[in-house]
Amino acid sequence: MKKKLLSVVLASAMLTGTLAGCGSGASGTAPADNGGSADAGTEAAAGDAASDDAQTEEGKVINIYSFNDELRTRITAVYPAIENTSDDGTVSTLNDGTEIHWIINPNQDGVYQDKLDEALMNQAGAAADDKVDLFAAEIDYIVKYTDADVDAAMPLSDLGINPDTDLADQFAFTKTVASDQNGVQRASTWQACPGVLVYRRDIAKEVFGTDDPIEIGKKTQDWDSMKAAAEELKANGYYAFSCYADTFRTYGNNIASPWVESGSTTIKVDQKIIDWVNDSKEWMDAGYFDPTVKGQWNAEWFTAMSSSAKVFAYLFPAWGIDTQMVPNWDGEEGSWAVTNAPLSYNWGGTYLLAATGTDNPGHVKDIIMALTGDKENLTRVAKEYTEFTNAQSVMQDAAAGDEFASAFLGGQNPYSYFADSLESIKMAPLSSYDQGCVELIQNAFGDYLQGQIDYDTAKTNFETAIKERYPEITEIQWP
Amino acid sequence: MLFVQKKRKLVNYAKWGYIFILPFFACFFIFSFIPLVDTIRYSFYEYFRSGIKEIGPNFIGLKNYASLMQSDMLKYAGNTLILWLIGFIPQIAIALLLASWFVDVRMKIRCQQFFKVVIYLPNLIMASAFAMLFFTLFSTKGPVNSILMSLGIIGEAIDFMRTALGVRSLIGIMNFLMWFGNTTIMLMAAIMGISPDIFEASEIDGCNSVQRFFRITLPLIRPILAYTLITSIIGGLQMFDVPQILTNGQGNPDRTSMTLIMFLNSHLRSKNYGMAGALSVYLFIVSGILCFIVYRITNDDDPDGSKAAARKNKRGRR
Repeated sequence: MKKKLLSVVLASAMLTGTLAGCGSGASGTAPADNGGSADAGTEAAAGDAASDDAQTEEGKVINIYSFNDELRTRITAVYPAIENTSDDGTVSTLNDGTEIHWIINPNQDGVYQDKLDEALMNQAGAAADDKVDLFAAEIDYIVKYTDADVDAAMPLSDLGINPDTDLADQFAFTKTVASDQNGVQRASTWQACPGVLVYRRDIAKEVFGTDDPIEIGKKTQDWDSMKAAAEELKANGYYAFSCYADTFRTYGNNIASPWVESGSTTIKVDQKIIDWVNDSKEWMDAGYFDPTVKGQWNAEWFTAMSSSAKVFAYLFPAWGIDTQMVPNWDGEEGSWAVTNAPLSYNWGGTYLLAATGTDNPGHVKDIIMALTGDKENLTRVAKEYTEFTNAQSVMQDAAAGDEFASAFLGGQNPYSYFADSLESIKMAPLSSYDQGCVELIQNAFGDYLQGQIDYDTAKTNFETAIKERYPEITEIQWP
Repeated sequence: MLFVQKKRKLVNYAKWGYIFILPFFACFFIFSFIPLVDTIRYSFYEYFRSGIKEIGPNFIGLKNYASLMQSDMLKYAGNTLILWLIGFIPQIAIALLLASWFVDVRMKIRCQQFFKVVIYLPNLIMASAFAMLFFTLFSTKGPVNSILMSLGIIGEAIDFMRTALGVRSLIGIMNFLMWFGNTTIMLMAAIMGISPDIFEASEIDGCNSVQRFFRITLPLIRPILAYTLITSIIGGLQMFDVPQILTNGQGNPDRTSMTLIMFLNSHLRSKNYGMAGALSVYLFIVSGILCFIVYRITNDDDPDGSKAAARKNKRGRR
């Protein structure tokens, strides 16, 4: 009898063990790489329920979702409450004992948004320490999160930030981008991203006889001059740009109407995009691009930034210089310089959003204010990281003074070029489909530009791919 | 009292068997069966995510199935088949050759055990890591191109990822490298299962090694060969990680290396459970048919064809 009882107990223990194992495994995947185990989560939830009256008290863990290191380094640099950060960069401790958990997933292939969406959809039911508190969004997909109907991000006013007074120094267009359809600001950024042309001084000297930004600027002031310069570069064995994707933003971020009008299910491809395709084809066939580089963010593209490469220039906003060029350049410091791009454009911008349902509104407010609304900090970020920060007064001073000179650019002060570019920027109208459209059109027409398929096949491939990505899209209109 | 005790002696031990396999069935039911039923159910619904807004589920009948038929699904099925063939043909040929060499007593191959381990090794690498490795090796500025160029074999770098042939060959080579060891070991087991008497008899009759291979070895390992073929087709149907990583999920160029599961995956990007469910059901049906064939072959009561031959013989005599 005893034996029988024992075996029943063992069998049921085994059964529950298996199930429990699976159960915690499944729930463990939801809050991504959150260090805390499922048990810790339930404990915290129980504790929370017990102290209902202590609602105003802040949670113990601030979860920050981001797509690269940039946000962490910026926040660490400006937020004084951070005492130390673990070696692997996943946890920072504040002086009041609160922990910041950095949850970083790459942007490529939509991985970041997948993880973030999953977390935001589970936000209501998540334990306090697993809730998303603060997240980053790029301009390409920010509309998805600022949407008032979705209500994934808190209006800044609910956090106790008054955008009109506290963020008055920000550039107006960044505030428009950060607002929902009713004009309520739900996000805030520390950077404005006017694009410029960054070129190699040694190549300029060899081909044009000068590396002076003003002289070179004359050669790159519009597409016709740029083409003449490209021809000269080609004659000397250099490429004007690394690939067709590099010039995309000058066209794509100057479109007249959004990819998809709000409430519509039709994608309207702008004439500017077709211009990009045609011009790129011409440039590609003429040999002005490095044929081995296929698109951005791949190994070939990064090596094209090194000293052994033959690429003359990149089109980048300030963040591109700091986060992409500096780590990939292996030559002497001061080998690059900045001048005006053929067309003014704005590319990117990381916005901070406070997730609805955060249990750390106080800290979140402090972080947003420290990084995006504090003149002193914005000055420091500009100096240390050569960022074009989102403070009009600081940037005016920067363009005028010499103290913002960048060593990477050989002592040049790039801010006057950034400021010039910014003045003529007309912010392209955004839609929540921008990221997919931009990524897939470059991919579909990349095959065409490399000469693998014809123009119509590229069109069809884009239509197929975009309908797969966004099933609600019913029609694609070409100009 | 005595009667009752006597009755209790007749314990049916079979129930312990059921209790012990219960955990497996419970797990299967929760983690495999319910998702399976759900997948089939959702395939009749419009159910996806737009941004972070959920759309559906709305019942739409067979619309998902119909729109899949109108899409490029068959083209991707063709891609999958081609990619599988490119890998499978060299795989089975090399595996057969190696298996018959390893088993052949007369060849006296040294360090057999070592070679067996070596040919199996690629299978131990994660497919995605393997694809990443190949991506780097064969990139325009990668080591393969630099070696070929410094040897003077080619003038300028070959862009492997640019042509359908290049990408497909790379995928085929990877699948071949990963699976030929596995197949070799399976076929060796099959050949060793053949009674040595037959080989000896054939040798006495003056049979050469080519004849022995085609007349004795091949016919006798036919069931295992068929099994290898079908399991490989099923594995091929699910080909995903290698082309996905190598082409960054795009199936470049011109979607010529887009496999069915990559197609499925691109629907899951928008959490389109309806469409993805319908595609899964199609795949399920195809795999089901293939499994049925395997089942018939492995449960064949006449594996060497002797019964059929006997029947034929009988009929002939009449």
